[in-house]
Amino acid sequence: MRIMAQMAMVMNLDKCIGCHTCSVTCKQVWTNRTGMEYVWFNNVESRPGQGYPRRYEDQEKWQGGWKRTRNGGLKLKAGGRFKKLLTIFSNPTLPSLEDYYEPWTYDYRTLTDAPAGDDVPVAQPVSQITGRPMAVTRGANWDDALGGPVNQDPMLEKLNEQVKLEYEEAFLFYLPRLCNHCLNPSCVASCPSGAMYKRAEDGIVLVDQDQCRGWRMCVTGCPYKKVYFNHSTGKAEKCTFCYPRIEVGLPTVCSETCVGRLRYLGLLLYDADRVTAAASVADEQDLYQAQLDVILDPNDDVIAAAALNAGIPQDWLDAARKSPVYQLVKEYQVALPLHPEYRTLPMVWYIPPLSPMVNALAQTGHDGEAQGNLFGAIGSLRIPVEYLASLFSAGDPAPVTWSLQTLAAMRAYMSKKNLGEAADSDPAMDRLYRLLALAKYEERYVIPAAHTEQAHQLEEAVCSVAGYEGGEAAFGSDSGRPVPVSIESFHLTKERQTRDQP
Amino acid sequence: MNLLLWGVLPYLAIGLLVGGAIWRYRYDKFGWTTRSSQLYESRLLRIGSPLFHFGLLLVVGGHIMGLVIPESWTAKAGISEHGYHLTAVVLGGIAGVATLAGITILIFRRRTVRSVFAATTKNDKLMYVVLVLALVAGLATTVLANGSGDGYNYRATVAPWFRSLFILQPRIADMAAVPFAFKLHTLIGMALFAIWPFTRLIHAFAAPVQYLFRPYLVYRSRDDKTGLRPARPGWDR
Repeated sequence: MRIMAQMAMVMNLDKCIGCHTCSVTCKQVWTNRTGMEYVWFNNVESRPGQGYPRRYEDQEKWQGGWKRTRNGGLKLKAGGRFKKLLTIFSNPTLPSLEDYYEPWTYDYRTLTDAPAGDDVPVAQPVSQITGRPMAVTRGANWDDALGGPVNQDPMLEKLNEQVKLEYEEAFLFYLPRLCNHCLNPSCVASCPSGAMYKRAEDGIVLVDQDQCRGWRMCVTGCPYKKVYFNHSTGKAEKCTFCYPRIEVGLPTVCSETCVGRLRYLGLLLYDADRVTAAASVADEQDLYQAQLDVILDPNDDVIAAAALNAGIPQDWLDAARKSPVYQLVKEYQVALPLHPEYRTLPMVWYIPPLSPMVNALAQTGHDGEAQGNLFGAIGSLRIPVEYLASLFSAGDPAPVTWSLQTLAAMRAYMSKKNLGEAADSDPAMDRLYRLLALAKYEERYVIPAAHTEQAHQLEEAVCSVAGYEGGEAAFGSDSGRPVPVSIESFHLTKERQTRDQP
Repeated sequence: MNLLLWGVLPYLAIGLLVGGAIWRYRYDKFGWTTRSSQLYESRLLRIGSPLFHFGLLLVVGGHIMGLVIPESWTAKAGISEHGYHLTAVVLGGIAGVATLAGITILIFRRRTVRSVFAATTKNDKLMYVVLVLALVAGLATTVLANGSGDGYNYRATVAPWFRSLFILQPRIADMAAVPFAFKLHTLIGMALFAIWPFTRLIHAFAAPVQYLFRPYLVYRSRDDKTGLRPARPGWDR
């Protein structure tokens, strides 16, 4: 057993209103640079919908993730090491800018410089790639709120069921996505240079900008298409889980700014030695359970002792015990991984949405909060459960149904309790209710700071995303060592500000 | 003049190549990349890039065969001079044409696809000129000097000169006597090596062969025990 800690996230999809605040704040912090205009480390998709990049879930085309070989091993779906090197000169499964979108700005100057005249001046869209005027034909959230060709959703296509798109019966929910910081990351495995790595301390997956040589195999390797190619620096970049914030105990920008407060951050302890075995179970529908089994119980004395032995500090163990992620993922099992069938063991988890069903029931004149009605509805509204299962449990309806039933039971219990009808108090339900409905900042984000004695080394392992602004520098790219991104910890700042020598 | 061309310039080129690469490794790892333009356009790249790169690998192999391995060795292996030349002309010709065709497609693409052209620097343009000249001159030596009749045996002159560079006793007289096409190709080649580390060609030195041998998953850690990242040298702390 090799115990490692993983910083993980849970998103409660019931609460997502699709406001894109997470995406915008993330972009402002991380990707508002030349070469990254088209990149959204965090994006919010409407489901059903094509997603961003369009139809990224169609792995027959994009070949992301892992596949199980005939003898039970794991192989990259896009091909083994030799094939990777043979296709290095032209990657056959690299999405083009067309598949994302061509980023643009507006020619704002005409608004102020236009001579006086009868016509109102118009700011034309201008491509940020070519600098020429362009027609805007798509964007990162082009099919927002069912605004796009919904029937081109790759997961919907597989269901073989005619989904009625009449307004009354349409179902819609928002799916915020970021890098899943997988336990078995196929992007890391795809990198020919070995520039991508998983941080042993907190499991955050990063790109070493000094070692990346722009072979762009990671973009293909990631089935979620959450590694991006910076077309200006020629290097891969990805969501960093805001590691400079996490290291000092702050939540990621997307979590911090989430209007619906639907995100939870916390530690999971897992057995790194069992990751490969869990990722290679034969039946895709067993992957979710296998993934759960890899996660260890921090309240178990044996596990705790082993964790301390493995060098996990005491305060990290304490944080793991208080982790909201652990409770939602493992104890209540209401949070599910996105596309476990990719065999990457993703570490961003989703609580499937229940709201549309409550509303649908209320419209038919039934009590939308009554447990019996809700349970029946979950079974009879076949399309949502099957569709949700195709996203969160490789098509197995059982985990989704369990999650939705738990949520429904909690609703019914709380409804009764508030009306004074509850027979017995149920502490587990109370706790789940508190976690999902009331949890304050400190309860939603349980992030142990990186240790000061380790801070220096963490800064050295920095994956810098130095501001690069194109132009004609030496070699047509930036020269010299980039200034690493680093936020000092509280103690480092104090030490720097109070020491005698500068 | 001959001393300058065949006794001094080669060492300058080698010095720039090696020194430049070291300098780049020390100070510009961030700029060390393929700067791939596949994101912009992949239809033409899919044909041009493999054609060029695989062709070039063959060309490099041919140069190693011709320049590094002495004629006496191949003779001992039972390969006659005529047989060798026939192979060299045929294989070298195919590789050269493929490379040249590849780079033609790539340059056409670079010029006509607006987004790719917008990402092209002056440095790139200079590099393309030298690279194409080297390729054309190289193909010319293969075809003109060797294709007609029995051909010119460069393994008796150019190759010994090349090897003599590395024992620091350049055989300048050998090189001074070779046909003009060979001289031209050699000179352009030296120019190419001299600018190599200062252009995007540097990505060739990052050929990721180690990918075949490393474990799939890479963990890095603050802990030197489990970390895979080598410790920074003292002057870099």
